[in-house]
Amino acid sequence: MRLSDEQRAMMEGARGNGAAKAMEILVALGDIFEAEELLPVRSVQVAGVSYGNLGDEGLAYLEELAVDGRAVVPATLNPAGMDLRSPERMGLDPRFVEKQRRVIAAYGRLGIAAACTCTPYLAGNMPAPADTLAWSESSAVTYANSVMGARTNREGGPSALAAALTGYTPAYGLHLDDARAPTRRFVVEAQPAGPRDWGLLGMLVGQGSDGEVALVEVASQTYAPSTGPGVESLKAFCAALPTYGGAPMFHLAGVTPEATRYGVPESTQTITSADLQRARERESGLQGAPELVCLGCPHATLAELRDLAELLRGGQVVVDTWICTSRPVKALADELGLTETIERSGALVLCDTCFVVAPLKGRYSRLVTNSAKGIYYARGHGGMDVALLTAADCIQVALIGRMP
Amino acid sequence: MSLEYRGRIIRAGRATGEALVSPEPVSFYGGVDLDTGCVAEPGHPLEGQALAGRVLVIPRGKGSTVGSWAILRLERKGLGPAAILCERCETIVAVGVILAEIPCVDGLDISQIRTGQTVTVDGDRVQVTPSA
Repeated sequence: MRLSDEQRAMMEGARGNGAAKAMEILVALGDIFEAEELLPVRSVQVAGVSYGNLGDEGLAYLEELAVDGRAVVPATLNPAGMDLRSPERMGLDPRFVEKQRRVIAAYGRLGIAAACTCTPYLAGNMPAPADTLAWSESSAVTYANSVMGARTNREGGPSALAAALTGYTPAYGLHLDDARAPTRRFVVEAQPAGPRDWGLLGMLVGQGSDGEVALVEVASQTYAPSTGPGVESLKAFCAALPTYGGAPMFHLAGVTPEATRYGVPESTQTITSADLQRARERESGLQGAPELVCLGCPHATLAELRDLAELLRGGQVVVDTWICTSRPVKALADELGLTETIERSGALVLCDTCFVVAPLKGRYSRLVTNSAKGIYYARGHGGMDVALLTAADCIQVALIGRMP
Repeated sequence: MSLEYRGRIIRAGRATGEALVSPEPVSFYGGVDLDTGCVAEPGHPLEGQALAGRVLVIPRGKGSTVGSWAILRLERKGLGPAAILCERCETIVAVGVILAEIPCVDGLDISQIRTGQTVTVDGDRVQVTPSA
C-alpha cells in the first residue's frame, strides 16, 4: 500500500503513540485486503463501548491510548452498557457503572463524542451520498451504504477508532465500485407492513444471500408520495440483514441512490407472502410469561416514540418495559411531553444503551421485542427465550402481562 | 529435521512455543473462555485446550469483531498465545495481535505443522522442530 509522507511520519510516531498504533492497524488491514492507498474519511462511528466486552484490560488500553491520541474527524460512539445519566433505573452493579463511566471518559479524552447510539444518523453524525466513512455497528454501516449512498466497510471497534485518530481508512471492499454491485436479486411478493415485518424480510434476505450484495425489489412499494418504507422500517431491515448473514450493503429498488447504477443479477429468489407469514409465526411464540418488553433496537425515532406514547397513554405496564433511543431524540420527545406520557405508564425511556449491550444475562429469561436483530442477540448472548411481535402487540403484552 | 517457512508479517516480533494446531478457525469472542484462556466452543477441535504460551496455528479467526478485544484481554491476563500463525489472516486476528502486541505471521501452509512441535517465530521467519 502506498503511504504519503504525512502518513508514513504518523506511523513512525510524529503525531504520538496513539496515532502510530492506529496507523499500524490501518496498514496491516490495507495489506491484508490489498488496498492501494488510504482514503480520507468524513466521519467515524466507534463500537466497543460496553465495559462488559472491554473488561479491565480493554479499559486500560483505551486509557493508555488517550494519553496522546486525539480524533481528527467527527466521531461518535455506539451504545454503552447503561443509561449514562440514570443507570440506577436499570438496576446495575455499581462497579459496572463506575467502570462504564471510565470507558466513556477515556473515549471523551480521545475526542469521540458520547452519542452512544446505533443510529448516529439521527443524532448529529449524518453522512452525505458518496462520503467515505469508517463506521462500525452493522445496522448503521448498512444504513449508511444502502439508504444514504455513503461508503463504509463494516469496521470493528479498534479499526474505526484507528480511522478517527488518523483521519484515514484503507481503500478496499465497499469503498470500491466492484464490491458494491449486487450479485443476488430478491423479488419480494410479500407485503411487509412496518418495522417488525421489514426486520423479518431482512432476516430472510440475509439468510438467502450468503454474504453477497442483494438487489431487493419489493412489489408492493410503489414510491408514490409517503408510501416508501420510511426510516423506521429501513433501519429494522438494515439491522436484520447483516445479523442473519447478509452483506452490510444492499440495493433497494426506489430507495438506494445507486440501485440503478449496476446491472440486474441473474440469480433470483422470490419471497412470497407465505414465506413472510411462516417467519412471523415461527418467531412469535414464548414458553411462559414475558419478563421484559424492549423496543428501540435500533434506537427509536421521534415518530416511534410518538406512536408508543399513544399506545401507553393512560395505561399501566405490568411487565418491565424499556424503550431505547438516542439522547438527542429523547430531548425532542421531552419537549413534546412524550417521555412523560410513556413513563407515567411505568415504562422507561432509556438512552445511551439497549438490551443487546446491557448486562442482562441471568436477570431476565423471557423477552418480547419488535426487533429481528434483537431476538438473535438476546437468544445467543443473552440466553433468553424471545418472541418477535409488532410494536403494538409488544405494548399490549406490557399492559396485560401475557402474550396477546 | 526442522521445517522453515517465510510468511507475511502481520505483527513483527519474536517468540518460541509449543504448537497448538487447529484445522478449524477460532472465534475469540465467545469461543474462548476469558477467565481460563481455554477454547470453549462446543465440538471445536481445540475444545478445552489452553492457549497460554503456545503458538496458535489456525486457518484464520472467525465470529464477532469483538474478538480483537478478546485477544487483548487474554494477553493482558497472561492467558494469551505466544504467537499466532494463520493461513490467511483476517480483520479480527490482525487487529487483535496489534492491540495485544503478539507476533503474527500469515500466508503459511499450516498442514505440515503438528500440535506439540516447537515453533519459533522471528519476523517473517517461522521454524518448526519436531518435539524430542
